[in-house]
Amino acid sequence: MDIQLTQEQPAVAAAGLNVSRGDRRVLHGLDFAVAHGRITGLLGPSGCGKTTLMRAIVGVQILETGDVRVLGAEAGSAAVRARVGYVMQSPAVYTDLSARENLRYFARVLGAPAARVGEMLELVQLAEHADRPVANLSGGQRARVSLGTALLGDPDLIVLDEPTVGLDPVLREDLWQTFRELAERGVTLLVSSHVMDEAARCDDLLLMRDGHLLATLTPAELRERTGEEDMERAFLRLIDRKEVLV
Amino acid sequence: MSAAATGATALRVLTQLRRDPRTVALLLFVPAVLMTLLRFVFDGQKETFDNLGGPMIGLFPFITMFLVTSITMLRERTSGTLERLMSMPVGKLDLLSGYGIAFAVMAALQATITAAVAFIALGLDVGGSPTAVVALAIGNAVLGMSLGLFISAFATSEFQAVQFMPAFVLPQLMLCGLFVARDQMAGALEAFSDALPLTYAFDALDQVAAGGEFGGRGWLDVTVILGVTLLALGLGALTLRRRTA
Repeated sequence: MDIQLTQEQPAVAAAGLNVSRGDRRVLHGLDFAVAHGRITGLLGPSGCGKTTLMRAIVGVQILETGDVRVLGAEAGSAAVRARVGYVMQSPAVYTDLSARENLRYFARVLGAPAARVGEMLELVQLAEHADRPVANLSGGQRARVSLGTALLGDPDLIVLDEPTVGLDPVLREDLWQTFRELAERGVTLLVSSHVMDEAARCDDLLLMRDGHLLATLTPAELRERTGEEDMERAFLRLIDRKEVLV
Repeated sequence: MSAAATGATALRVLTQLRRDPRTVALLLFVPAVLMTLLRFVFDGQKETFDNLGGPMIGLFPFITMFLVTSITMLRERTSGTLERLMSMPVGKLDLLSGYGIAFAVMAALQATITAAVAFIALGLDVGGSPTAVVALAIGNAVLGMSLGLFISAFATSEFQAVQFMPAFVLPQLMLCGLFVARDQMAGALEAFSDALPLTYAFDALDQVAAGGEFGGRGWLDVTVILGVTLLALGLGALTLRRRTA
């Protein structure tokens, strides 16, 4: 606990965050903080605003009101862009290029050393398929190209939007192990998922529903407060109570 | 500005093109085929072919690069790669310059092939230097690219982007003086054509084709082409948003 208390500031801090897309309010006055060097899970049903929240943290979302600070600076400002990695839900890579070519391009843009390309291919286990066009790779392999791209610049904060969707269980396990290793090195991870059993793998949870934050707690606290061992059931119970535990 | 990001982007765009040999073949050889058609459409009228041929070599790259750039940019927007790049510490002008270099290389190849076919195989004669025609062709390609880049921001689908070609390029082609001298058009159209960049692109080519001194008017044309290119690139940079709704 002492280590937690000595952390100078949270990796992400949002205050009064309101976002509308079109004429619909997507995020309703969110206040929260994400702790340094931990894996924070952003969980909630599809369409509850997880992606919009992540876009706001990365700084690519137009905000209506409110303030998001990332690593001590305004989200998306030039000062932090190099320190934040973003993995979008759809793998935003060039499908006509190979994995290696994609990584090489983004490494040059980021000014990352060329050797990082090979390291990333190993890390996301794509070395074997590195030279095939991404268009010919499976959905899970494409997602890993995208993940490798986000890790290239050795970011301090990694924002991952549903990174394990469509991955087989073995790969999912490997990926969570990678996340854990990154966190142990001091990297902060924010991982969204609509699969509640992934909540148990996180250090902290942000639970969302309909653009509201239902709760910020640890998996243990969620179990304790709801009296449910199963994360899926615990979350459903929380929704059922319609109570806000923030 | 980062030369590394610009160079990497140019290289990446060219690599993507190389993965699509059919597009490259169409880009490089269709103008030469059209030039051959033109030669035999005006079979007995060598003078007409000579008058039209030079400007055509210089205008093809404008049209193709406008189209190719607007589709490429639209893909970049819809695939999420632009959003990824915008979340990275990369300058917008670095990206745009990268695109500019890649498409200028393609334009240089296209214009050289078209010019070689026209001047050597088809016996095209222009008053001025063929090298000047190719140089203007490259300038026009970069102009077409920068306009395509800017216009693509207003397209939300590839269907729309393709339709911007007849909407933005064909009127300019009709009014630039290629088909009918501008002073023979309705007065209002002539005045309108003064405001269209392709008018100046054609006029510069026409000056070269006519031979004689490439004088003050020619350099004014070149200045307008460069100015509009920079303006469109600037406007294009404004359409690359770090934040979107």
